Amino acid sequence: MNLLEKLDAAAAARKAQLPEGLSAFGIPIDEAFSATEARIGKRRVLMLGTNNYLGLSFSSECRDAAHEAIDQEGTGTTGSRMANGNYYGHRALEQELAEFYHCRECIVFTTGYQANLGTISGLVGSGDVVLIDGDAHASIYDGCILSGADVIRFRHNDTNDLEKRLRRLGDRSKNTLIIIEGIYSMLGDQAPLAEIVKLKNAYHSTLLLDEAHSLGVLGETGQGLVEKTGMIDEVDFITGTFSKSLCGIGGFCVSRHAQLNQLRYISHPYIFTASPSPATIASTRAALKLLRDGQLLRKQLWKNAQQLYTSLQATGYAVGPQPSPIVAVLLDSPKQALALWNGLMEHDIYVNLVLPPAAPEGKSLIRCSVNAAHTSEQIDRVCQVFTELHTVIMQ
Amino acid sequence: MSEITLEQITELLCQQLIQFTNNDEVTISSETNLITHLAIDSIKLLNLVMEIEDHFDISVPLNTLVDVLTVQDLANLIYKIKSSQ
Repeated sequence: MNLLEKLDAAAAARKAQLPEGLSAFGIPIDEAFSATEARIGKRRVLMLGTNNYLGLSFSSECRDAAHEAIDQEGTGTTGSRMANGNYYGHRALEQELAEFYHCRECIVFTTGYQANLGTISGLVGSGDVVLIDGDAHASIYDGCILSGADVIRFRHNDTNDLEKRLRRLGDRSKNTLIIIEGIYSMLGDQAPLAEIVKLKNAYHSTLLLDEAHSLGVLGETGQGLVEKTGMIDEVDFITGTFSKSLCGIGGFCVSRHAQLNQLRYISHPYIFTASPSPATIASTRAALKLLRDGQLLRKQLWKNAQQLYTSLQATGYAVGPQPSPIVAVLLDSPKQALALWNGLMEHDIYVNLVLPPAAPEGKSLIRCSVNAAHTSEQIDRVCQVFTELHTVIMQ
Repeated sequence: MSEITLEQITELLCQQLIQFTNNDEVTISSETNLITHLAIDSIKLLNLVMEIEDHFDISVPLNTLVDVLTVQDLANLIYKIKSSQ
């Protein structure tokens, strides 16, 4: 089988899995009206499948900052941070993120994906070990592959399983990077951070926490799980993204360890790419201020999350393990998930369809996510539609 | 503790795979291809590895699985890791 035939075979397998479901992926968004509404084809839909947790994508502060940056600095930097792409804004954002996390160092990357790729592949290498949660994001897996380290997976959020694997490593646990996430992207559950910190200390390992989905969502000032659990001084490296609560694109790593700075000279995903555009940096800086002072936004976000989670659970849907802005409905088959997805679309509600192997434990998911800009009335309507569809779908 | 042989590992692996595939009718030998014969996709393979790790009290790095196609390949890998302990 040649290279193109292999792709044909993969496409055929995908089509065979769910022929009528292909349109659910990469659906064209024709117009975005606000943080909660968009047009898909002829439908004006309620967006219940974004990562726009604080609803800041249309904030006037962020838009104004982006406009001004384009006018003053142009549309792109056209170069790497190591060459001509190291503008004042990049350095200012790094300083602001370091201050936000009370950390010594920060590196800004061009995407969140590259933040994990660049941090992991810079921290560990051949002969080292990475211990990753079984539900880790693809960027973590890919960073591990790029690193050349030995990659060992532990059962999702299972600290006994993690300890077993640390014990088996013997002396190698000292050269081990444990990687977990603040909120997991598919089921919306949180890592048991305090217990994992105890283990990493007991085995003299290093801990990286990815706050991609928890930044802006957890903690008084929105730092994430580190703030909610009071563990900021115990986590060695924190990565995050600008493309969720901060409504831009880009990523970062902060650390209390000065050695993080060395990654600028060895991390290919940092060096061999153009730096974020001035507009992206400017809107992210504005969004970070709103995020830090966004207690009211977080209050509304969690009110919406609780309302949807409680209602779906009461209706009889199997939902993720704990309330979260990510509300996952677990279904037994791709066909059932697609039927629910189609039913919601017919009622002008957009959610994410997640099929195996992307969904954990071989399940299929309808992944909903609420944001702070959703009104109680919008969430009420969503709950009502889910209730109407329950009897039809679950037969 | 008595050392386990490659043959014993292969035999144990075949038994484990029958349970894992949940199909008593399938015949599994050392030459069985995990992907084409048993339809074990990447996620199932990762979960199988966790079961194997617990059974043999070893850790199998995911990066060592790239050359594993058959039951024999997997048995060889486990034997190598077990022997190096």
